[in-house]
Amino acid sequence: MQRYLLKRLVSLALSLLVASLVIFAAIEVVPGDPASYMLGLNASEDTVAALRDRLGLNEPVPLRYLRWVVGMVQGDFGQSYTYKVAVAELVAQRMVVSLPLALYALVLAVVIAFPAGLLAAAKRGRVADAAVMGATQVGIALPNFWFAMLLVLAFALHWQVFPAGGFPGWSDPVQAFRALTLPAVALALPQAAILARVLRSALIETLGQDYIRTARAKGLTGGQTILYHALRNALIPVLTILGMQFSFLLAGAIIIENVFYLPGLGRLIFQAITQRDLIVVESVVMILVFAVILVTFLVDLAYAAIDPRLRKRT
Amino acid sequence: MSLLSLRDLSLAIHGRPILSEISFDIAPGETFGLVGESGSGKSMTALAVMGLAPHGASTKGAADFLGRNLLTLPERAMTRLRGNEIGMIFQEPMTALNPMKTIGDQVAETLRVHMAASRAEAWAVAREKLARVGLPADRFPLTLYPHELSGGQRQRVAIAMAIALRPKLLIADEPTTALDVTTQAQILDLLKGLTEEDMALMLITHDLAVVAGMATHVAVMQGGRIVEQGATEPLFRARRQDYTRRLFAASEHRPNRTPQARDGTLLTVENAVREYTLPRPSAFAPHPKLRAVDGVSLTIRPGESLGLVGESGCGKSTLTRAILGLDPLQGGAIRLDGAEVTPGHTMPRALRARMQVVFQDPYGSFNPRHRVERLVAEPFHLTGRPKDARDRVAAALQEVGLAASDMDKFIHEFSGGQRQRIAIARALIIRPDLIVLDEAVSALDVRVRAQVLDLLARLQESHGLAYLFISHDLSVVRQVTDRVLVMKQGRIVEEGATETIFAAPKHPYTRALIAATPRIPDDWKENAHAPRT
Amino acid sequence: MRLPLLLGLALSAAALLAALVSLFWTPYDVTALAIADKLQPPSPAHWLGTDHFGRDIASMLMAGAQTSLAVALVAVGIGMGLGVPLGLLAAANRGSLIDEVVMRGNDLIFAFPSLVIAILITAVFGPSATNAIIAIGIFNIPVFARVTRGGALSLWTLDYIRAAEVAGKGRIRISAEHILPNILNLLIVQGTIQFSLGILAEAGLSYVGLGAQPPTPSWGRMLAEAQTMVTIAPHVALFPGLAIVLTVLGLNLMGDGLRDHLDPRLRRAA
Repeated sequence: MQRYLLKRLVSLALSLLVASLVIFAAIEVVPGDPASYMLGLNASEDTVAALRDRLGLNEPVPLRYLRWVVGMVQGDFGQSYTYKVAVAELVAQRMVVSLPLALYALVLAVVIAFPAGLLAAAKRGRVADAAVMGATQVGIALPNFWFAMLLVLAFALHWQVFPAGGFPGWSDPVQAFRALTLPAVALALPQAAILARVLRSALIETLGQDYIRTARAKGLTGGQTILYHALRNALIPVLTILGMQFSFLLAGAIIIENVFYLPGLGRLIFQAITQRDLIVVESVVMILVFAVILVTFLVDLAYAAIDPRLRKRT
Repeated sequence: MSLLSLRDLSLAIHGRPILSEISFDIAPGETFGLVGESGSGKSMTALAVMGLAPHGASTKGAADFLGRNLLTLPERAMTRLRGNEIGMIFQEPMTALNPMKTIGDQVAETLRVHMAASRAEAWAVAREKLARVGLPADRFPLTLYPHELSGGQRQRVAIAMAIALRPKLLIADEPTTALDVTTQAQILDLLKGLTEEDMALMLITHDLAVVAGMATHVAVMQGGRIVEQGATEPLFRARRQDYTRRLFAASEHRPNRTPQARDGTLLTVENAVREYTLPRPSAFAPHPKLRAVDGVSLTIRPGESLGLVGESGCGKSTLTRAILGLDPLQGGAIRLDGAEVTPGHTMPRALRARMQVVFQDPYGSFNPRHRVERLVAEPFHLTGRPKDARDRVAAALQEVGLAASDMDKFIHEFSGGQRQRIAIARALIIRPDLIVLDEAVSALDVRVRAQVLDLLARLQESHGLAYLFISHDLSVVRQVTDRVLVMKQGRIVEEGATETIFAAPKHPYTRALIAATPRIPDDWKENAHAPRT
Repeated sequence: MRLPLLLGLALSAAALLAALVSLFWTPYDVTALAIADKLQPPSPAHWLGTDHFGRDIASMLMAGAQTSLAVALVAVGIGMGLGVPLGLLAAANRGSLIDEVVMRGNDLIFAFPSLVIAILITAVFGPSATNAIIAIGIFNIPVFARVTRGGALSLWTLDYIRAAEVAGKGRIRISAEHILPNILNLLIVQGTIQFSLGILAEAGLSYVGLGAQPPTPSWGRMLAEAQTMVTIAPHVALFPGLAIVLTVLGLNLMGDGLRDHLDPRLRRAA
């Protein structure tokens, strides 16, 4: 177990290292140099030089990379050029919207997908299965931002049960949740469709295994077999997908935030792109990538918790 | 009075008949053997009794178990009966247990689903049952997972699960087919012991010798019907039905062969060592090494038939890969007619062309997308494709008893036995001096196996081929080899002329192997002059 | 052939046909503005109505199909072209350094969702359809590498590969001759999946302005422009969305159908 954990930790650290190099390099290859890029064409020589100085662009590249990484480890993501505040502070403000939204969507997706997947697998080949499979086909094909627009049309403009956009802040949690509900549903439904299909096929595959026949020969009913033997074993592929979905939810949230005018990381990054604020772009991208890598690590730990073959006592 | 009584059981899947009019009785405490080749319907009979036949199956007739017809009993009642009054174990111990649950949990589950015990009691019973099947508490705690056990040990766990509630009938579907011969003997012993505790056993197997040693009554199945049944010894002695006779003859079949070995040496293996690097036990410890082949030496003469026997994991497959020039050695050398065998591209094609191979699995041995012509012609890669390649393929197919026109077919159009013939044709096409037969007949039914062995003997004579015959099956090796090597844990423990070794084994391991091999008592084989029907 | 496969083929063919026909003919010119005709509901003249510039929506959908299909197709090409050889190479040298590098490289790319790659590229080079293709294409590489490696590894354990080795064939030759043809079904199915995901991704990127730029017609950008008018003219938002859903649905149905149809186990039973 320790061995497995150690291996995963090393791989986590390595991924972060390489990812930071890739992001840093991408920003480095900006045509011209970052300072003149950020200031645009009309900037005077002097202002560019001043910015170069402030960004430390005159220093050698390895030193600047090191400074950036060391800063991030200490929680210092630099100063936003346009907002004139610490990037860490900006990100923290936006995170309280984006993270709850992604989690809300993930929970919704699981809550919808599990019963649907179980039902379809248990009633394989029958009407209930066909209905679930048909619905999931449509769910997968839905672009979430278009679905979001339909939701707004129906539940915000027509029936007016949820707000059409904006975020009132967490001082009133009920209102905050109401504001996040339509975005979360828009994000969750297509993902739930994928998850339900994966769960169904993993269950069906597991139900074909020899040990399921053994369980039936012991006198377990069909339902007991699914519950005690198939479900846990089918969880491995489901977890893999769930982990990957987190990154899709994060990325999807970037788009959905634009539909609902939510002040999250997604809005921040688009504003930063239009304002050519490379420091914000660089840091937010790094944070997003960090989140994805962290989730992959957590999924690996969950594998070990589920599958005894991975935690051999060596 | 019988415990289980089948009356005209017929079964069809989606209308296609699988079983027709099966009738037999099993008395309390008796061992009933059901023998037949693959596809004869013996497993389906057991599944029908258990109410576990696949979707789309419909049954007729009756299966009376202590006054209840199992074929019409509602599913709820069947779940109460399964695992409680009738237990069942299956062929493949490696996959029959849930890999995610401890063995204690899985045995205790039998008691828990039948609400026969509290959690604590169930664990106590599980402990006791595992000890009963030969997994004592000190070495096999309940918290072990299946992957920490060997195949034989897993089969013991499966048996413990099946007998946890002392069922009146245990159905064992090929329980030892996937196991090594010494493990098989232990498991059969265990099953025999259990029947002495007043449990009936329905033993399903393809192996006549296993039935001969175990069952009091036996039924022979073919094509979904029972062709003959009765008390075991009289049935074996009389062999009234033609099919039984042929099955019996095939299992004892000895190809008509004379030793062909010529002087000289074709292949030599000198002190071969093959090691695998294992994962480090802790982060800073050195990699431990596993010696799969540990200083093996052997020679094969031209035209000779050499047997290599050993149980799974003894290193014979690893040795085979090295001999075929697929893996490097860590010590020693392999020479084919004086030239060194080396892995991959380092071995000249002309040398490679002198050696070919036939594998065990008739289904995985061929690229399903190529036609037979291309499959058989593949070794021409070593010699260059001759102008008359197509004729040579046709000739090779005819030599192995197939039609020249078969070369335009795809492999899925052939049966298992035909595929092994095609594999032999592929090995033969470039006229090698040595053919390695890696469990080449192990996956075949007895009658097909006898035909393939005859073919091999004939080809050896006509082409002066040498064979390295690798197998776990001692009786087959005895039938077709001149000399035999016995391998255990990477070493050769005994070697000599085949008949000498089988008649007077010296090494204790060889003796154990031979003793463990089930066989039909010699005096049963006599008076085979039953009246023709 | 079963109904879902037929439906999938029909929908996919319709999208392809629309894209091809739009190359040389659309009912109306998609670049011509006619403000007087703006936001008309569906009518015999404009089957699907007009947008806020008075452009014919049906014509724009046809031209948009071109962008969607082209972006997704090239992205699948990039993913297959690089991912399949890498996967084959990794499987042929299982456990070696090459395998390790390929697999870790895959993990790394998986840490960059295609939208994040697009954001990075756009931040540096500015938005364009080409960048969308690169972003989606890069993300497709590890998908194909994984599927290829997984399929190839299971084949490498089979005896016919041993037989080819005994016949003196090298790893590359075996990969090309025996492995690739036998995982082709797998790749075709994965290809349709990635193709449909590519269409969704292109729509998303264009919607937030990271994809195709005006005047290139694009379903995603049509939706972005429609968003502010959704209350007064819902049809402007409805039809581009439906076009995406139906195309993706068609491709997915086709992929599923092909998998069942190409699976030799299922075919033999039939």
